[in-house]
Amino acid sequence: MPEKTSSSAASQDTDSSEPVVVFDDVSIKFDLKPVLQDISFTVRRGETRIILGPAGGGKSVLMKLANGLIQPDSGRIRIFGNDITEMPERDLFKLRARIGMVFQESALFDSLSVEDNVAYRLHEDHVPEAEAHERVIEALRFVELENTISKFPPELSGGMRRRVSIARAIVSNPDLILYDSPTGGLDPITSTTIVELVIKQRDVSHTTALMITHRLQDAFLLARNRFNPETGKVEPLPDGSIDDSTKFLVLNEGRIVFDGTTEELVHSDDPWLKDYLS
Amino acid sequence: MPLVSPEVFAKQKLAAIQEYSILSWHAIANLFSLPRYWADIYTQMDSIGVGSMPIVVLTGFFTGCVLALQSATSLQEFGSVSLTGNLVALSMVKELGPVLTGLMVSGRNASGMASELGSMKVTEQIDAMRALGTDPIRKLVTPRLYATVFMLFFLTIVADAVGIAGGALVSVTLMGLNASSYFNNSYRALVYGDIAQGLTKPLFSGFIIATVGCYFGITTTGGTQGVGKSTTQAVVVSSVFIIIVDFIVSRAMIGIFGR
Ligand SMILES: Nc1ncnc2c1ncn2[C@@H]1O[C@H](COP(=O)(O)OP(=O)(O)OP(=O)(O)O)[C@@H](O)[C@H]1O
Ligand SMILES: [Mg+2]
Repeated sequence: MPEKTSSSAASQDTDSSEPVVVFDDVSIKFDLKPVLQDISFTVRRGETRIILGPAGGGKSVLMKLANGLIQPDSGRIRIFGNDITEMPERDLFKLRARIGMVFQESALFDSLSVEDNVAYRLHEDHVPEAEAHERVIEALRFVELENTISKFPPELSGGMRRRVSIARAIVSNPDLILYDSPTGGLDPITSTTIVELVIKQRDVSHTTALMITHRLQDAFLLARNRFNPETGKVEPLPDGSIDDSTKFLVLNEGRIVFDGTTEELVHSDDPWLKDYLS
Repeated sequence: MPLVSPEVFAKQKLAAIQEYSILSWHAIANLFSLPRYWADIYTQMDSIGVGSMPIVVLTGFFTGCVLALQSATSLQEFGSVSLTGNLVALSMVKELGPVLTGLMVSGRNASGMASELGSMKVTEQIDAMRALGTDPIRKLVTPRLYATVFMLFFLTIVADAVGIAGGALVSVTLMGLNASSYFNNSYRALVYGDIAQGLTKPLFSGFIIATVGCYFGITTTGGTQGVGKSTTQAVVVSSVFIIIVDFIVSRAMIGIFGR
C-alpha cells in the first residue's frame, strides 16, 4: 500500500502504548429503547477485534459510536487518546482522516464512478490527480477489482461493492479500520475472499481494526490464518496456533457477554456463549 | 401515524423548525469558509437552471397567452382592448412569472433534492460522507442552495420574457392588435418598483426550494417508503411557503414602492 499521508496528522499521539479505542461505560438509547448498556472495552494498537453477536444486538451502533457518527447518552469514548464524546464535528472530521470505515450496506456514492468513490478522500485532500489515480489502482488491485475502475456502483454485484468499499476505506492508509459485517449476505466463497483481504491488511499493514461478523467461521479463519508475503497467499498458521493480535467481543442485547482472546472464547463455560458458538 | 399528545406534537414541530433554521444558517454560512465545492455548484446550476428551462419556458409562454386572451376579452367590454399589453406585462412581471416559476421549479427540484438526499440518507451514504471527513451540508446543501437562488432569478426573467411574447402572439394573431403598440404599452406599464418586486421574489423562492428540499431529504428516516414521504412533503411545504412568502414580499414591496 502507498506511503503514509501527512494529512492524517489530526492530533498526534506520541505514546504508542496508548490504546487506539477505549469505550468507558457507554450507553445509548433510541426512542427510550436501550440499545447499548454500560459498554467498556479497550482495543490496543495493532489488535484486530472481532465483534460477534446476534442480529440487532447493537453492533453497528457500537461501530458508529467509535467513529463519532452518533453520540452516546452517557459514558466516554476515546479514539487515539482523544475524547470524542462532545467533540465538535469539525474536529471529528480531522480525526476521521485516520479512520477507514466499511459500512454494512457498502454505502458507495451512486453518483460517482468506482474510481471517484475510492479516490474520494484523496480528492478531498487535493492529492495530485496522477498520484490519486496510482493509489486508486493500487487499492483496487488489493481487492482484485482493477477492471471495474470506470464502472458505477449500481452496476456491481453486492460482493464487488463490498470490496470497493474496502478499497475506499484503506486507500488513505488509516490507522484504524472499522469493518461492519463485510461478509454479511454473501456466498461462502466471496466471504472467504473478503476475510482474506482483512487478514492481508492485518498482516501487511498491522492496522488496528474492529470487525463485525455474523459468521463464526470468518472469525476463526481470521484467528487461525496468516498472510504469507512470499507466496502472496493466506495460509494456516503453523502447528494450529492462533494469531495473538486477534481478540473477540461478543454482544447480546446491548451488553458485553464476552471480551477476550480466542483461547478464552472457545474454553468459556458461559452457557449462553456455548450455545451461541455451537 | 400514532396519536401523540399536543405537548409532544408541539415540541416535535418546534424541534423541526429549529433544525431547519440551523441547517439553513449553515448552508448559507458555509460559502464563506473553506473548503468550497465549486464543481458541485456548477453541476447543480446546470441541472437546476438548464434542466428546468423547458418547463419554465412552456409554462411562462402559455401563461402569457391565456392572460392575453382573458384580459383582452374582458377589456373589450370597456373598449380598452389596447391595454392588454399593460395587463399582461404587469401580471407576468410582478406576480405570475415569479410565482409560477417558483412552483414549477419547486415541483421539479425540491422533490429531486428531497429524493436524492433522502436515498443517500437511508443507504448511509450521508454517514459515509461524514466518515470520509466531509461535511454533508457543505458538500450537498450549500451548492444546491446557491445554485437554486442564482438560477431561479434568471429563470424568472426568462419566464417573464416569454410570457410577454406569448401575450403578444395571442393579441396579434387572435385579437388583431397592433404588435408595436402592444410592446410599447407593456414597456411603459412597467416601472422600477415592479421589476424590483418581480425579481426579489425568486430570491426567496429559491431559498425556500433548496432549504426545504434538502431539509426533508437529510432528515429522511424509514427506508424507501420514507424517501417517498419526504419527497411529497418537500413539494407540498415548499409550494405553500412560496405562496405565503410571495404575499409577504408583495405587501412589503407595495409598502416600499407604493404599487
Ligand atoms: N437510527 C436508529 N434509530 C432507532 N433505532 C435504531 C437506530 N439504529 C439502530 N437502532 C436500533 O438499535 C438496535 C441495534 O441495531 P444495530 O444496527 O446496531 O444491530 P446490529 O447488531 O448491527 O444488527 P445486525 O447484525 O443485523 O447488523 C436495533 O434494535 C435497532 O432497531
Ligand atoms: Mg449491523
